[in-house]
Amino acid sequence: MNELVKQQWLIPALPLLAAAVQSLLPRKARKLSAGICLVAMGASCLLALRAFIGTLGHHETERAVWNFVWFDYGTTQLQLGFILDPLTAAMAAMVAFVGFWIFVNATGYMSEDENFTRFFCFMSLFAAAMLGLVVANNLLLLFICWELVGLCSYLLIGFWYFKPSAAAAMKKAFITTRIGDIGFFLGLLLLYWQAGTLNLYDNGNGALEQADKLAVVPGWFGASIATTIAVLLFFGAMGKSAQFPLHVWLPDAMEGPTPVSALIHAATMVAAGVFMVGRMFALFAADASGLALNLVMWVGCFTALFSATIAVAQFDIKRMLAYSTCSQLGFMMMALGAGGLAAGQFHLLAHAFFKALLFLGSGCVIIGTHHEQDMRRMGGLKKYMPITFWCYLIGMLALAGVPPFAGFFSKDEVLLATFQRSKLAWGLATFAAFLTAFYMTRQMFMVFAGKWRGHHEPHEVRWNMWLPIAVLSVFAVGLGFFGGKYGHYLGVHEEAHHGKYLVMGLSVAVGAAGILLGWLLYGRRTMAHADEPDPLAAKLGALFTCLNRKWYVDEFYDATLIRATMALGELWRAFDKLVIDGLLHGVAWLAWGVSQVVRWVGDEFVINGGFDAGCESVRLSGREFAKLQDGRIQSYLRVLCLGVVVLLAIWYLK
Amino acid sequence: MSVPLGYYLVLGAVLFAIGLCGALTRRNAIAVLMSIEIMFNAAVLNFVVFWYYLHNGALTGQVFALFAIAVAAAESAVGLALVIAVYRHYKRVDVDEMRSLKG
Repeated sequence: MNELVKQQWLIPALPLLAAAVQSLLPRKARKLSAGICLVAMGASCLLALRAFIGTLGHHETERAVWNFVWFDYGTTQLQLGFILDPLTAAMAAMVAFVGFWIFVNATGYMSEDENFTRFFCFMSLFAAAMLGLVVANNLLLLFICWELVGLCSYLLIGFWYFKPSAAAAMKKAFITTRIGDIGFFLGLLLLYWQAGTLNLYDNGNGALEQADKLAVVPGWFGASIATTIAVLLFFGAMGKSAQFPLHVWLPDAMEGPTPVSALIHAATMVAAGVFMVGRMFALFAADASGLALNLVMWVGCFTALFSATIAVAQFDIKRMLAYSTCSQLGFMMMALGAGGLAAGQFHLLAHAFFKALLFLGSGCVIIGTHHEQDMRRMGGLKKYMPITFWCYLIGMLALAGVPPFAGFFSKDEVLLATFQRSKLAWGLATFAAFLTAFYMTRQMFMVFAGKWRGHHEPHEVRWNMWLPIAVLSVFAVGLGFFGGKYGHYLGVHEEAHHGKYLVMGLSVAVGAAGILLGWLLYGRRTMAHADEPDPLAAKLGALFTCLNRKWYVDEFYDATLIRATMALGELWRAFDKLVIDGLLHGVAWLAWGVSQVVRWVGDEFVINGGFDAGCESVRLSGREFAKLQDGRIQSYLRVLCLGVVVLLAIWYLK
Repeated sequence: MSVPLGYYLVLGAVLFAIGLCGALTRRNAIAVLMSIEIMFNAAVLNFVVFWYYLHNGALTGQVFALFAIAVAAAESAVGLALVIAVYRHYKRVDVDEMRSLKG
């Protein structure tokens, strides 16, 4: 492991190199660009897998770090570093592996786009930044990569920047996550101030190894400094992982190409917040009061339920998956907040596989139906796109938590961990799990069952699009069986769980109930026409509209925060205009008045007469000299340089 | 570090000369701006090198270089904004065309 950690930097470096090369490629070099990208990503994936295997045989909390000095200023050194421990190794392997298959799918999805090379350049840069974030053993390096993934997300959401909605979405995503990042940055500064280092692990001197010490230092508002830092860092995670109330950007981010949604806005980047909380878990858990963890749990729990209710009433195939992602990220946060590090992280890994699968599947559907995204104008695709259907079905069953698919095991762990901490949160989450099963069933029936309600006949996609989802679906089936071992692998010893069978039984029961309800509403009689009202809308009435409009959160922000900001701007503009400008104008008028008096008294008679004669001669000579001034700035500069050279020559010869 | 100081100074001088040539001869305003950036960087290189060889341990050289980089960034932002303003007015960015100050 000590040897392997020295090669951790290669994992992000290879895609970074690929991005650099691709940025120089001409637009026509499509095959070359995709080739470079896939080779780099494949190599990184192999390295990550090798590192992962390297951590398998080891015991418990063993970890290897490799810190190096970035630069020193004065007597202080700024260090960066890489880490290899089970948390990182599993995450890096997942990111590189899922990323590779998404790249393969993207070669198909983007095949008709003229900016193919730009797309792959950004995707490689994203992969590099994300892998860098995962292998970082330093909060500063993590933050740099964190911002880089944010940048790539911005660039890729707005990849089709000529669409006004995409341009708006990219700005919304960037600004919303930036609000959270202010918290992250403050937390980072506070940590550096208190711990004196940003290295996470450093043979006993790392920031996380001092967590217990920080937990007894008093901070603000009666909490310890460790809690204060953890809460500030969590703001960053809330922005990145789209937790309420900063969740609004994620659904809009679906304006980007679908492989982007799969890679960035479902499988990896949005999970970065969860990963970061997991990485900094020692800090969150250090304080005995559990304040930070409670915050994480309740924000997660609320987001899980809140987004699930919205997902129920969406018609856009990708937007629905986006709300589902918000909801699942809420589950992960909730598990972490409940103290279930292994449960939260395992749900992250399992979710990444089946959510990437679902998103890529929706990408196949979109391509197969000639860029249709409204589920009301789909239907009957089972007949036209059988491979996509079967893979999508696996993803759906995994997300709905049907045994023995991966989502069942991971969600079960999450619910079990929450059950230990708070029965109320567990109850709400179980209801969210019911909604999950319901909305996924609704989507399956709307998209794949019944008869085709669109215009042009759909077709199955090419092999480079369905192969990735087929590979991912293998993991969506098989990964769950490792769920039990994951906690041991991470070296986390959770206390004996009680209520295991109650939680498991209820989770299966609500999953089944959700699917049954979905079948009753959407499966028994499928939609015949695209204009037909949704059966759920008839049952829920105004509530359905409210859900469809996402609880009016965007409208609320528009009416309060955005309008308040604008009003404040107007206020300052008025202040500027009235007070400051008024003051300046007053001074100017005063000076003008004084000068008028002076002019009439002395100037006109005494000075002007004498000067006029002098001026005449100056003007004459000026006319001659003006010919030198030809208005070309460069000719002046040349004279200037010539002068400098002459002066230097005189000085040198003297 | 076995590279002698003189090598860096020669590199700095060459960079400066290249930048100067560009600034004096290029007619495209953007190219002129780029040339000025090269001259900036030559100066920054000198700061860093002199700091490293003569005053290593003090903060001054590094901090000054960082300041110079920040100022250069601000300068190029302002410069580009000016070029855009000029372009909107004249529909071209040829410095020879900008002669409203001709006497």
